[in-house]
Amino acid sequence: MTDKTTENTETKAASAAGPKAEKLIVSSSPHFLNTESVPKIMHTVVMALFPAVAASVYFFGFRALLLVLVCVASCMLSEYWMQKIRKKPVTVYDGSAIITGMLLALTLPPSFPVFGAFLGSFFAIVVGKQLFGGLGFNIFNPALLGRAFMQATYPVLITTWTSPRTVGHAVDAVSAATPLALMKFEGKLTPLMDLFVGNVAGSMGETSVIAILLGGLYLRYKGYINWKLPLGYLGSMAVVGGAFWLADPARYPSPLFHLFAGGAMLGAWFMVTDMVTSPVTPLGQWIFVVLGGAMAVIIRLLGGLPEGVMYSILFMNAFVPLLNKHTRPKVFGEIKTEQS
Amino acid sequence: MVDNTPTLWYEFKKGLWQDIPPFRLVLGTCPTLAVTNSVINGVAMGLATLFVLICSNLIVSAIRKYVASQVRIALYVVIIALFVTLADMFLAAMFPPISKALGPYVPLIVVNCILLGRAEGFAQKNPVMPSLMDALGIGIGFTLSLAVMGGIREMLGFGSFVNFKLLGEWFEPWIVMILPAGAFLVFGGLVALVNYISHRKTAAGTNP
Repeated sequence: MTDKTTENTETKAASAAGPKAEKLIVSSSPHFLNTESVPKIMHTVVMALFPAVAASVYFFGFRALLLVLVCVASCMLSEYWMQKIRKKPVTVYDGSAIITGMLLALTLPPSFPVFGAFLGSFFAIVVGKQLFGGLGFNIFNPALLGRAFMQATYPVLITTWTSPRTVGHAVDAVSAATPLALMKFEGKLTPLMDLFVGNVAGSMGETSVIAILLGGLYLRYKGYINWKLPLGYLGSMAVVGGAFWLADPARYPSPLFHLFAGGAMLGAWFMVTDMVTSPVTPLGQWIFVVLGGAMAVIIRLLGGLPEGVMYSILFMNAFVPLLNKHTRPKVFGEIKTEQS
Repeated sequence: MVDNTPTLWYEFKKGLWQDIPPFRLVLGTCPTLAVTNSVINGVAMGLATLFVLICSNLIVSAIRKYVASQVRIALYVVIIALFVTLADMFLAAMFPPISKALGPYVPLIVVNCILLGRAEGFAQKNPVMPSLMDALGIGIGFTLSLAVMGGIREMLGFGSFVNFKLLGEWFEPWIVMILPAGAFLVFGGLVALVNYISHRKTAAGTNP
């Protein structure tokens, strides 16, 4: 999907149809010209993911880099293979498979086996993307679907965390609990500064808030993501988490903890904003992020799992077609007709 | 039907591929999804269904001329329920572990749409011999389908085949495959595969 978010397209369309536009061009929508292309957008997103990858390598050693490479290579191979089978043009180099691979790798624990990484990538691309018809037709975020499949397939391996700076540095990796698991099962809170920098146990790419923020802000600067989506998602998490906190500060963590721990940042900046699997209408986007953020916090605090970002996004993905259909803005000049 | 008097062999054969119940007719999917987490469970379920199917098809076909059409469905259900009860009690008496593993799904054969489907769609319109062959074919096709489903899921979910450890210690079992989600994934994959093969077959048959 080459479209950017609705808001951006509207402003572009408005500027294109300024006083200089004299010729009347009759065509079907979309009525704007855009020099953006899928590869350009995708490669920018890849660039934006680099800080998170770099942070994961810094904190978890070269094992993290290996997993990223395996995931990216497996995603590209699966895409190539599926497109050959489906006799479709091979678009491996447009970068979307690279992003899926990087995002999937960033959600895995650093000690995850290489074969599992391959399997998750294969599932993400083949079932999550190509079986739905390829880029632009997938209902669910492929990387998250791959991660969800891994969660169901290897429930133990995917929750075996190592503390940072031990993999590749010490003889034995020291297993450790994630801040969210510490909070949920032992009632311990991790210092916010550690969470912000990323010096905690967890999935490779989701530990360092600052690296993800860098990438996310870069994407925002390039205009590829709509501020509504990440900020709405994080805001909703903060409000719902804050409500719990105000009700019982001894039992529930502060809203900032919610924002900095686990996959909240990675999900909000790179997965909620997926152009294919998020709504296009402004109202639909608000509903999408507010419900998604609320659900993530509710799963974290009341559900059986320590982390709820993945399932909240996947769950809201399923509603995107419905949201797009029922929140369509009124077309200018449209006459309200009675629904039969 | 192309042939007006299909042979008995045809009635048997069609259940094995052309009308193979879970994949082509998409009937009887409940046991197909629910009990196929190992080969043994799948085969036991298939054989129990095969037994009930043969008996009910025979009786429905034998009495087809004496049944008032208004009450036929109720009658078929009573006939099927009789044999399901027999099968359930037999399993519970002779193979308690399997009976326990299959749980409520043996009594639930009563509502398996294959049975009513064959009684309504075939046995009530055909003589006894073709009905028997139909029941054999469909029942064996169903059993094979469940065995294949169970084989794939057991292999990936436990690393074994008929409780025999097939894959070595290096293999990390895919827990998802013994969960309901794995059943849906394997089922979808097999339906796609069967459709793909039969499309290839028909394409090759019409355009030689």
